[in-house]
Amino acid sequence: MKIYVPRDAAAKALGAEDVVRAIMAEAGARGLSVEIVRTGTRGMIWLEPLVEVEQGGVRHGYGPFAPTDAAALFDGSLEGLGPVEEIPFFARQDRLTFARVGRIDPLDLADYEAHGGLVGLRRALGMDAAAVVEEVKDSGLRGRGGAGFPTGIKWETVRTAPSPRKYIVCNADEGDSGTFADRMLMEGDPFTLIEGMAIAGIAVGAEQGYVYLRSEYPDAIEVMQRAVEIARDAGVLGDVLGSGRTFDMEVRVGAGAYVCGEETSLLNSLEGKRGVVRAKPPLPALEGFLGRPTVVNNVISLATVPVIFEKGAAHYAAFGQGRSRGTMPFQIAGNVKHGGLFETAFGMSLGQLVEDVCGGTASGRPVKAVQVGGPLGAYFGTAKFDTALGYEEFDGAGGLIGHAGVVIFDDTADMLGLARFAMEFCAIESCGKCTPCRIGAVRGVETLDRIRAGDGAATELLIDLCDTMKDGSLCALGGFTPYPVMSALRQFPEEFAPAREAAE
Amino acid sequence: MPASQTLPPDTHADPDLGEVEAILALHSGREGPLLPMLHDLQEAFGHVPAVAHAPICAALNITRAELHGVISFYHDFRNAPTGRHVVKICRSEACQAVGAEALSGRVLGMLGVGWGETTPDGRVTVEPVYCLGLCACGPAAMVDGAVRGRVRAEALVAEVAP
Repeated sequence: MKIYVPRDAAAKALGAEDVVRAIMAEAGARGLSVEIVRTGTRGMIWLEPLVEVEQGGVRHGYGPFAPTDAAALFDGSLEGLGPVEEIPFFARQDRLTFARVGRIDPLDLADYEAHGGLVGLRRALGMDAAAVVEEVKDSGLRGRGGAGFPTGIKWETVRTAPSPRKYIVCNADEGDSGTFADRMLMEGDPFTLIEGMAIAGIAVGAEQGYVYLRSEYPDAIEVMQRAVEIARDAGVLGDVLGSGRTFDMEVRVGAGAYVCGEETSLLNSLEGKRGVVRAKPPLPALEGFLGRPTVVNNVISLATVPVIFEKGAAHYAAFGQGRSRGTMPFQIAGNVKHGGLFETAFGMSLGQLVEDVCGGTASGRPVKAVQVGGPLGAYFGTAKFDTALGYEEFDGAGGLIGHAGVVIFDDTADMLGLARFAMEFCAIESCGKCTPCRIGAVRGVETLDRIRAGDGAATELLIDLCDTMKDGSLCALGGFTPYPVMSALRQFPEEFAPAREAAE
Repeated sequence: MPASQTLPPDTHADPDLGEVEAILALHSGREGPLLPMLHDLQEAFGHVPAVAHAPICAALNITRAELHGVISFYHDFRNAPTGRHVVKICRSEACQAVGAEALSGRVLGMLGVGWGETTPDGRVTVEPVYCLGLCACGPAAMVDGAVRGRVRAEALVAEVAP
């Protein structure tokens, strides 16, 4: 009997280890032989721990699974969810980047290959470097970390930069609240990231890669490090699949600084320095890690490369709309009924995702606002729920899609408090380089406290401060903190109005 | 309660210069070795001991000011050991949407400490963390490196201070 239980951090956080112990104990007591395969998560977090049992070649789900359900599972009396891949939340997705996550044992290279793994890398090895870059350009892939810069153009810059040494750096410092796609990918299908980085190395002529992985993800660190060792032992890394092309990589652990998710700050940190932002130019593509040409791409961007080469650029580009091609793994979190990861082609509306796919709030109260794109993303009230999910569409609506995290708040949310938190977070995490960010964030907290105390004149000051931060900061931390603050102020002005009536 | 009888043993050894040198040697020849060195020192000693500063500076040809700059920049690195248990509670927006502020207020109150502080008996340190990637099953926390979702204050405190 084959039983699948996720080893993803979200499943563990909800008791997956106790579930495994209970299943083993129950099977032992009954003298049954069971094989437990630890997978990534399917991304339906409200069902975790989600146990799957293969029945007639189809995996049936049971979840959320309590340790006390083990006896009923073996009795056949436990009510299940039916075939996991027919659960509407899953069935409605277009899983390209996350095709294998939740299906395979993340550390079984043979399982990876049996599900399409390494096909893309083998194809890329047969192409010349310029053609590899061209394929990525044709796919329309844009940086999934937030900025949305075309990945192929970045690669082209590095490919044509003359240098004896180049690097591929994977930005796995996903620190945005409400996002966990990087973590889920690395814990559920780490070989995809390794394969994507190897293809990038071949494309630009880099022989060394680094994954800069945040320390807040101990489970992802463990899986990634083990996967790199397995890939090296199997000859995927080193002399890449015996092709005579060299690429190797290393996992480096961050140290709890949010700003290191910014690429230049990340490079400084990787070099062993304070994670202070660098001015651009020079672009990291020309002078990056240790001053060498460096591709810095997000986990999802790099992990999407293998499927582009496996199925072809045209297949990938056929998903999406406008200049937002392909799929995006949206992560719906916070006060959400059916939260998790939903990979879909660009184009669905925000409201459809929140209300229809995810069922609104967990509390059952009305949705008040959602924050899209992490702590630097704008709040969207329900009036803006017709905004289509795409880079340009969100930009046009005064927000950003960022890393595609969607955090839902019900009607008890305190918008002024959330605006204050955005400023407080910026003050805590500012690297200190730019004055508008370093000092402005502190003043922002104070100004919001004045507004809270009933000082109506402070609102103008807050708007002015936000303009200064937006225009005067080098990176997105200081530059985008005004997004959550101003979007809260514009859409919920009554919460920022002086409470004179109450005082009188 | 006589705390000394129930505390788990301190597994972190006293800083030993030979051991420091051995750890630093593991990283010689790597590109950008400082963060890996600091992580390994902290893993071995529970903090980055002052006795390690001079050897690090010598190994990497950096000044004490540069080293101090790096250690003090990152939230993870500590100059002193923590309590026996470290509890990290997420303060980010997704967890706030499901009551993280009430949770942390209650945990801090039950333990009688503020953020970053250790209980007087040396048992528990409570720190804020900004996102553990458990945003769809918050409020989230971490106890000695192990993740916890949909956390309740009583259960969290019971785990570290029974």
